[in-house]
Amino acid sequence: MVGGEIAQLLVNGLVAGTVLAVPAIGFTAIYAVLRFPNFTVASHATIGAFAGYVVNTALGWPAWAAVAVAFVVAGGAGVVNDQLILRPLRPAGALTTAIGAVALTIVLENIVRFVFGNDLRGYDLPIRRDWQWGGVRIGPQQVENLAIALVAMIAVFLFLAFTRMGKAMRAVADDPTLASLKGIDADRVARLTNFGAMGLAGIGGMLLGLDTSIDPLTGFRVILSVFAAAVVGGLGSIPGAVVGALTIGVAEELSLLSLAPAYRTAVGFVAILLVLTLRPRGLLGERAY
Amino acid sequence: MAVFACLYALMALGLNLVWGMAGMINLGLVGFFGFGAYVSALATKRGGVPIVLGLAAALVLTAVAGGVVAVITARLRGDYLAIITLGFSEVVRLTASNEIWLTNGTDGISGIPGPWRGRVTPAAFNLIFLLLAVVAVAAAVAVLQRVRYSPYGRVLRAIRDDDQVAAVAGKHVIRFKVEAFAVSAGILGVAGALWGHYTSFIAPEVFVPLITIYVVLALTAGGTGNNWGAVGGAFLVVFFMEATRFATGWLPGLKPVQVAAVRELLIGASLLVVLRVRPAGLLPERISRPPMGVRHPDPMARTT
Repeated sequence: MVGGEIAQLLVNGLVAGTVLAVPAIGFTAIYAVLRFPNFTVASHATIGAFAGYVVNTALGWPAWAAVAVAFVVAGGAGVVNDQLILRPLRPAGALTTAIGAVALTIVLENIVRFVFGNDLRGYDLPIRRDWQWGGVRIGPQQVENLAIALVAMIAVFLFLAFTRMGKAMRAVADDPTLASLKGIDADRVARLTNFGAMGLAGIGGMLLGLDTSIDPLTGFRVILSVFAAAVVGGLGSIPGAVVGALTIGVAEELSLLSLAPAYRTAVGFVAILLVLTLRPRGLLGERAY
Repeated sequence: MAVFACLYALMALGLNLVWGMAGMINLGLVGFFGFGAYVSALATKRGGVPIVLGLAAALVLTAVAGGVVAVITARLRGDYLAIITLGFSEVVRLTASNEIWLTNGTDGISGIPGPWRGRVTPAAFNLIFLLLAVVAVAAAVAVLQRVRYSPYGRVLRAIRDDDQVAAVAGKHVIRFKVEAFAVSAGILGVAGALWGHYTSFIAPEVFVPLITIYVVLALTAGGTGNNWGAVGGAFLVVFFMEATRFATGWLPGLKPVQVAAVRELLIGASLLVVLRVRPAGLLPERISRPPMGVRHPDPMARTT
């Protein structure tokens, strides 16, 4: 029975970790290119979740189409916010920008709260039965989330590996000075990184909301796990973010064996402390790709 | 309101020691604030010790917590400290909400004793507490001004400006960083403890990240690196918060949740405006400089 329970938790953990990897890639990509921890990933996840919610409930779009809307809206918001608010702060240093990002998160969160209120909202989804395999239950929605997350991740890797812009992005992450000598427009790379990264945050927020419900704090609640995934894998490393997210996802679920469910997010914090003490560069180091 | 302004001033002073002087960030100062509040509340209510001992316990234990956080992150870049401190405050809130046997969970702890509470009129109690808070702020300013103009403070500023240069000059950078962070956390803990004794009630939802923003706003508006700026900024922020309460009262047809959202939005937006328009604050840091001598050429200019 314990074996079955562990198998169930492992499956849940892998699904949760894959979903978590999406915003974690966003956070770490911005760190790789712009060199500051952008805490607004939290509010952009919330923005994406609400954008998806609107087209899903008001227009009746299915979940996968709503996810695309979440990507575009959160990404667009990310570019606008960065250009107007965070970019002018960057010359003052990474830490000042980080403070600005926290303030911006509070502003964005309260815009969402102003419009939608504090109520929990659920997506409009068809009700389907869970599937069972040898005692392990898995919901169709979990499978769909897993598929969406995987597609998003594969798209990111293809983009970074094969497109000109993807290569430019990796070059800036590696060495901004060298990249600018080669004529790469750092501003364009920054804009594109913000669009993609905040879009991914939006997808992440929406996928998390599909499982449960959303409110203005949806993004903030997972932000600790997102940081943990990025730091455990190596801040600034995209494959690291994936590995870190899977680690955190599984660790959070397995912690249920011995801890109260409320402490799930504390697992991420403990993981950050452990990694920083034992292997400060993270599991995969800091190379962006 | 004046008491709260003093407590915010105390927190801004604590933040100034790490952010203004040593250049270390603390985005989870509400966590240390809350930690101190719980330590003192539990010690005085459950343990039955006098309030003075509760405050001392809050000072020491929060300083230890801050020291541990700093030891782990001192070798790393500031980005990690930002993440760790933000995480710390969330974990404090989680623990406070869930360890019901200790903290009474989300219901919070009520009936925290205050000095002479119940034996004097509420107005007199407020006055006594205001005096206490003013004394605490004055003591913190006195100590921190001493630190600022001492060799110790100069080392902290050197670390802020360039920790490698400070290390080359033979300063034990990590020790300085950990000490500064621990002392700063202790000050935050005392502020939290005083908060609890004043309001007589603490709960996890009191210690929200917004408080961190208030304090950062207070310090940034007043003048990062300047202790008087921290105090002035705190009073300004508390005044501003009260002003938004009146201002949002005039907006017609808003639900309470929308009014609250507008107020929080204004606080966040004003921090962004200050960072953008006047990053040095109203009272910028003034550093006495040695007389200008021969201007040395930039050594990096030749090597690149």
